[in-house]
Order: sequence, then C-alpha cells, then structure tokens
Amino acid sequence: MKQERRLRILIAKPGLDGHDRGARVIARAFRDAGFEVVYTGCHQTPEQIVSTAIQEDVDMVGLSILSGAHTYSFPRIMELLRENQAQDITVIGGGIFPLEDIPKLKSIGIKEIFEPGAKLQEIIGWVRANVKPRRALTA
Amino acid sequence: MGGKLFSESALERMEKEYGQWHQEYLKALSKMPERLDRFSTVSDLEVRPLYTPLDVKDQDFFEDIGFPGMFPYTRGVQSTMYRARLWTMRMFAGLGTAEDTNKRFHYLIDHGETGLSTAFDFPTLMGYDTDSPLARGECGKCGVAIDTLEDMQRLFENINLERVTTSMTINPPASIIWAMYLANGENQGYDRKMMGGTIQNDCLKEFIAQKTLMLPPEPSLRLVTDTVEFGTREVPRWNTISISGYHIREAGSTAVQELAFTIYDGITYVEEGIKRGLKVDEFAGRLSFFWNSHVDFFEEIAKMRAGRRMWARIMRDRFQAKHPRSMLMRFHTQTAGCSLTAQEPYNNIIRTTTEALAAILGGTQSLHTNSLDEVYMIPSEEAVLIALRTQQILAEECGVANVMDPLAGSYFVEALTNKMEEEALAYIRKLDELGGMVAAIERDYPQMEIADAAYHFQQQVEKGEKIIIGVNKYPSERPDLEFVLKIDDSLENGQIERLNRFKEKRDKVKLQKAMDELRRRCEGPPCWENNVMPALIDAVRAGATEQECCDLYREVFGTYSDRGSF
Amino acid sequence: MNIIDQVLAGEVRATARLLRDIDDQVESVQSILKALYPHTGRAYVVGFTGSPGVGKSTLVDQLALKYRREDKTVGILAVDPTSPFSGGAILGDRIRMQRHFLDSGVFIRSLATRGHFGGLTRSTNDMINVLDAMGKDVILVETVGVGQDEVEIAHSAHTTIVVTIPGMGDEIQAIKAGIMEIGSIFVVNKADREGSRKTVREIRNLIDLGMRRREENGGWEPLIVETEAVKGRGIEELHQAIEKHKTYLFSNDKGQLDDVLRKRATNQLVETLKDEAFKTIMARLQVRGVTIETLVQKVLEKETDPSSLVQRILGEELR
Repeated sequence: MKQERRLRILIAKPGLDGHDRGARVIARAFRDAGFEVVYTGCHQTPEQIVSTAIQEDVDMVGLSILSGAHTYSFPRIMELLRENQAQDITVIGGGIFPLEDIPKLKSIGIKEIFEPGAKLQEIIGWVRANVKPRRALTA
Repeated sequence: MGGKLFSESALERMEKEYGQWHQEYLKALSKMPERLDRFSTVSDLEVRPLYTPLDVKDQDFFEDIGFPGMFPYTRGVQSTMYRARLWTMRMFAGLGTAEDTNKRFHYLIDHGETGLSTAFDFPTLMGYDTDSPLARGECGKCGVAIDTLEDMQRLFENINLERVTTSMTINPPASIIWAMYLANGENQGYDRKMMGGTIQNDCLKEFIAQKTLMLPPEPSLRLVTDTVEFGTREVPRWNTISISGYHIREAGSTAVQELAFTIYDGITYVEEGIKRGLKVDEFAGRLSFFWNSHVDFFEEIAKMRAGRRMWARIMRDRFQAKHPRSMLMRFHTQTAGCSLTAQEPYNNIIRTTTEALAAILGGTQSLHTNSLDEVYMIPSEEAVLIALRTQQILAEECGVANVMDPLAGSYFVEALTNKMEEEALAYIRKLDELGGMVAAIERDYPQMEIADAAYHFQQQVEKGEKIIIGVNKYPSERPDLEFVLKIDDSLENGQIERLNRFKEKRDKVKLQKAMDELRRRCEGPPCWENNVMPALIDAVRAGATEQECCDLYREVFGTYSDRGSF
Repeated sequence: MNIIDQVLAGEVRATARLLRDIDDQVESVQSILKALYPHTGRAYVVGFTGSPGVGKSTLVDQLALKYRREDKTVGILAVDPTSPFSGGAILGDRIRMQRHFLDSGVFIRSLATRGHFGGLTRSTNDMINVLDAMGKDVILVETVGVGQDEVEIAHSAHTTIVVTIPGMGDEIQAIKAGIMEIGSIFVVNKADREGSRKTVREIRNLIDLGMRRREENGGWEPLIVETEAVKGRGIEELHQAIEKHKTYLFSNDKGQLDDVLRKRATNQLVETLKDEAFKTIMARLQVRGVTIETLVQKVLEKETDPSSLVQRILGEELR
C-alpha cells in the first residue's frame, strides 16, 4: 500500500453571518474533487478558525464571508497564523468584497479571492495548481 | 352545479387537434431542432412546449380558482386587490447607526414609499451588543445596530407609528426588539392597540436555511408563541410571524421546496398556538408570509397562487378554522437577491423588474425591490431610488395592477399552479411522516433537500444548462460602480461609546428587578402568566440591552449551532 | 527540539503534523511511534459507536466538558466516511464541539475512513498512542457510525459506548446484528422522545439474553444510561457509568484490564501484520512487474479464481 498524501482543507465562515450556501456548495465540490474537507460552518471567530486549522493540519483555509466584516476577520486570521508559525497554510476567500479591498486582502497574504460567479471548476483548478499537501514532517 | 370549464365534446375535439398540432410540431423540429435538450424552470421543473385545456381539464372553477377574496383565495386575498389600494411599497433598509437609517427611512417616505422595513446588523440579528468581542467588524455593515431602547427611539424619530406600518427582520431576538419598538411607541404617546407592523420571528426557517441561530428549536418555538399570544391579546394590528420562504429559496431551494417547507413551518406555528390554548381563529389571521420572487416568471406566479390555495385548504381542513381571515395567506415579497449578478450590475434592474412583475401578478400585499448594487453591499441612495421607482412605474404606468389575477385561466399558469400544489403536498406528507418540522430539522431533512438543490443548480450553471447573462454567457468583469456605499469601521467605536454611556446612567436596582422577573418567566412553564413580553417591555424600559436579554435566554434555554450536514 | 520531544511536551502543531503523517502512512513515522511507545498507556480511552444522527458528537462534546471540569485533558478522534467515488470527504463532527476550540486542554482531530472498514481508520490506534504520549488524560474516539460491524472500537477503547435513540426499531436490530457484545455501556440518547423506556427495556432484554456468556467472560453487566446530550442531561450518569466500568477494569482480579490490553495489542498486531504482509508481498511482485491490476485481469479473464491465485502467490512468495 503506497503512502498517500491527501489535500486537507478547512472551510469556515468567520463572523456572525449565517448565509452558508456558498460554503456548503464549495465544501461538497471539494469533496467531489477528492479533497478532505474539515467543515466548521458558520459563526466562527478568527481564533477558532486558526486553532482548527492547526489541530487538523490543513493545507488550506477557505473563508466564506458576505457581511463585509472581512475588514476585521481576515487580517486577524493572518495575524494569528503568523503568531502560531502557521503562515505556510494557504488562505483564500470567497464572497462579496468591495473592489478596493481585494488588493488590500492580497497584500496581507490572502492568496486568492473568489467572487460571485466564480465557477467551482475554476476554484478546484486553482487549488490543484497552487496548493500542495504539506511535506511529511518525518520524511 | 359543477365547475368544470370544458365540455366532454370540446375536450374530445381538442385531443384530436392537439394530436394534429403535435405531428406538425415534430415535423418542423426535424428540420430545425429545439434550442435546448430540455426546457425547465429555474427550479428545474420541466415545462412542455404547449399547454391547452387538456392540461387543466379536471380543474373545477369554484373549487380551485374562484374569485378574489373568496375561498380558496387562489386569485387574491382581497375582493378589490389593487383597484382600491396598491401593494405596500416596503423597501428593506438599514445601515450604520440608528440616525443613518432614520435618514434613509425619511428619504424613502419622501419618495413615495408606503411602509417601513428594517434591516438590522449581524450582531443585532444574533443577539449581541456592539461591544461584544463576537461583534468585531460587523457594526452597521449589513443593517442598523440596535442595542438599546434609545437606539430604537433614534431609529423612528419623527415617524408616526400609528400611521406607518413597520416590518422588522429579526428572528431569535424578535421578542426583545418588538418590546423595544412597543416601549418606544408608547413613550412617544402611541397606543399599542393602534400600532401595526410585522416582526419576522420565524425561527424554523433559521434552522432550515438562514442559520441565524441562538436557542434550540423547542425554546425558540416557545418564545415565538409568547409573541403570538401577546399580539393576540395586546397588539391586535401586529403580524407576529412572517413565515418566510425567502431565505429558504436564497439558500438554494427550488420553488416547490420554498412553498412546502414554508407552509409546513406555518402549520407548526398554528399547532404551537393551539397547544398554548389559543383558538385558531383568534390568532391565525395575524400570521403573514414572505416569498422570494425569483427570476423564472411563471413559476413564481404559480407558486404564489398555489400557496394561497393550499393555506386556505389547510386552515379549513386541518385546523377547522371558521373565520375567513384565518385562511388568508397574506404575504410580502422580495425579489431574489441570489439572482443578482456582480457582473454588469445594471442588468439587475431588468431582473428585478421581471421578478417584481411576477410578485404583482402573483398578488403580493407588499413588495421590496432589490437595488442593482445590492449584490455588493447595502444599497446606495441612487440605486434604491431606481428600485423604488421600478415598483411605482409598474404600479402606475404599465397597467398591470388594474385587473385582478389577470393570468387566471391561462392553461399554462393554471397547470403550473396545480403542479406546484401537488409537489408541495407530497413534501408536506413526507414531513408529517417524519413527525413534524422540528423532528425533520433534527434529522437534517429540509437542510439536505436544499443543499442538494443548491448543488444541482450550481452544476447546471457550470455545464451551461442554466444561463446567467454576464456570468456563464457573455461573461463580463465586475465594474467599479462609483456609488457603492461604504460603512466605515470607525462607526463601531462610536456605537460602543454610546452604549457605555447608556449603561452608566441606568438604575441598577430597577434593572435587576426587571431581569429577575424576566428570568422567572423564562424558567416557568409556558403560559400567559409566564409570557415574556410584559417582562421584556419593563426590562428594556429599565435599560436592559438586547444582548443582556439574549444572554439571559441563552443561560436559561441553552444554545444551538448548525450541524452542517451534507 | 525534535519531534518526539515536541509531542511529549504537548506541542499542538507538531503533534497535528505527526498525526497527518500517520494517516498518510509515511514510512518514517514508524521510528517515531516506536520512540513514543514507552510513553503510552496512561490515557483512558472511551469509544462511541452507533448510527448516524444518534448524537455521538454531542455526547463526546458534553463528556469532554465534564472531564475538563475535572481538570483532565482530552483528546478527541472523530471519524467520518470517505466518498467511495472521489476519495474525498467532508469531516463535520467538530462542529458540535465548538466550545472546546479555544481550550488548550482539548485536541480534536477529524479523520476520514479512506477505504478502511470497521468504523475507524487504519491510523486510529497509532493516533491514540500519540495523543496518549502527548499527555491527554482521556481520549474519546467517535466511530464513523454507518456500518453494523463497527466492532473495531472495542479493541481500541477501554470502555465502549453504544449509542442509540428511541423510536427507531432498526436501531435495536443493528445492535443485535453485531455490536451487542462490544458495549460496556449503552446510551439511549434523545431520551425525551417517546419510546425511550421501551428502548431501554429492549436493550435490557438483549443484555440478559447474553449474560451467560458474559459471566464466563468475567461478568461485567453492561450499564444503560438515558441522556439528552443537547441539554447536557444524563451526562453525569454517563460519566459515573464510565467510572464504574473503569473501576471494574482496574480492580477485578480476573484480569479484565489485562484482557482489554491483550485484545488491543492482539488487534494492533494482527492489523499491522496484515498491512505489512500485504505491502511486502506486493512489493516483491512489483519487482517482477506484477501489479494488483494484472492479477485482477487474470481473475476477470477466468484464468484462475481469487483464492487459487492467492494460494499460488503465497506458495511462491513465502517459500
């Protein structure tokens, strides 16, 4: 039996917004693409998201947000990842963002932002090309 | 005398000629095939090329269609419909602070809006004050921040609360926000018996779709029933629940699922009211509904017509309601937020217009039209004015409000109405089998049905089976609109300072006494003596904040979070 | 600090990454597991099995809370199924354990079955050992909860809890079908529902029927606890039942604990032997250009049947 490195992804919704249609659709699409998806759903604080990402040893965190509260939660999540020496975890965002916020989010380390209308296949393709399962610790 | 519309001999001839037409149709298709492999509604309900009396031959005019304002109300809930009074133009509005929103309210009233509708920010919706650590970055972003009775007073400054009806989209904390509204109204000298409006207060669809979750289902229903009971006795012009399909649809359901799950939520609320000891005809007349009007024109009209008929029959047959008012499905409609595109946003005006027209032809009692920029943010004044004007143009220029239920008798619309009812009834039977809505929610049944539909739709979009102009056909980039509203993060600090000042000047003893009484009622068995509403009104008057009341709820009743089934 | 010291010091990131390597069957973890092995044996392991929707995650959540109030540290392993179509999985059990996300005394890890049957994953036993070595006092393991043959947990846990709910006739059938023997404790969750007492009686009857064999086995009489996990009701009683079982295991002079440990060691040994034997044989065949696909082809073409083929391979390779 050969060693198999599976991509592990956390899908979470920071903040108080409960509109989880997008988060659930993408979680399913990722499962159907062969990824292991840890789903913690709505109403997550940045602290909860980072703690989960580390305990679950995910390669990527996908944040879904529609409320405009990304101005607080996204920078806070990046800061916490750095504090925990976990900045190697890729972070992407999906949802609605004012245009001028997108470069700002990228400048703090959010790798990609997917807006309304993004195709699932496009997102999966991006993940395959840009996120590799972390190298084995013990190799 | 039966109400069959077509004679046997006419139907016979139709069948023959239908066959002839069908031959011609197939012949023509052999030269030029149909544009699509399959024609279906946005909910993926297949539609045939042509409808004839053969599709509605079993329909009975008196049983199934009838007259406006008469059972089964398929054609509308009033005998006059829009001839006497147009639907209420009620634009969902809320942004920033109470003052900002009050300004927007006045702007809308000045431009001809006829009812108010309040959008609260996420902390308010979830039962947190602005100073909660969980509220960071949310203040005023998606609605107005209301923490205290003072905020409520600022929100409705210079608005006559006996003349204008107000709808408030608030769910788990609905009882508290309503208590603030009533307390403020009375402080301003209005009589609660004369104040009219709506609190959304539909906890079931939160578990099913929107996930504004606070308490487990059982205590959530208890609080809803407390408000129904209080409304019945004390605030007779208030709609105490707006049983909402809107959010179910936005979460990705089909039109049939929206219809069925919403009506079943309604059934559950009626059952709870009866369990409390209320008579169905005492309170059912104050239940109202809230539909989504999506982009598939005929499907929406059929859904609204079917909904009225179903509710009337359910109230008569399942609950033995006697009073006609108990059987009326009065409803508000909002055009579908999920149909808007970030790409080429001006096209959203066209989508909204079509959806609004469907709502009008579907016989809505009030209407919110989305603004073209609502896909990005709370609408700007520029965009909201276009949206309001859309309704006014439809109402006053286009002639669509002059004749009641003008699509009745359309073979297609009647057949689709029947189809909606039939499929929704199958869901209702299934929910009965599962032991009711709360049991079904615990098994994730409606959640899974919606998740499946949402995923199916997304896959259809990806395959190009469902078209969204500017997205998967004629794709286009999102432009930079110059008038998109920005809510400043600095608002939060101002609101927190205001909240702190408010808390400092409260009479602590009086507040404690009021909160003790609220706790006593919450801990006691549900009944009129333990109804939370009188205690809440006292508590907010004594200075209790929204979160303080919600924290008490959370302590007594426990909390609940979504389980995210797949 | 090397990885072994980091795990022993309870470092979360390092432990989390090691668990990943175990799950991915990275060869080199073997030496680390070996080094950690002497540090295991302290933790008390409680397993939860039962059909989907009976409330296993919520019970785990509540029990974790109870242990935290006693100041015990908790490790949680929660298994969800891998999709047989895509090989992907959605792991959602954590959602019901959110209150522990920020508690450094609780470590939660979600696992996908990755084609393994029996309710756990290939990696679960090694992961239990790592959490044990990391210093967790209690380890709660939640099985995937779809099959009826989820008996593996009984080999991994000190106390195995079988969870059911009232009013589902097939639940009792499922218990009969295989997992009756493995339950040290039976939980009837959602006990506020109609039919709870009846379900308790039915379980009691099934236990009584099986008592004779149990007496031969040392005589632990399974306890039945009614809970309403969502409201935290019955958790105190469940906790007491676990304590009773633990006392029984540790005090019984007939060597009950030895029995559990022996079963666990046997199971782990057998499973590892199976895996390793398979790997070794496949590696040897690979050298000769034989893969599982070429073997399958022979069977499909009716050149031979699976069992004769295996006999032949074993004859050749184990000579």
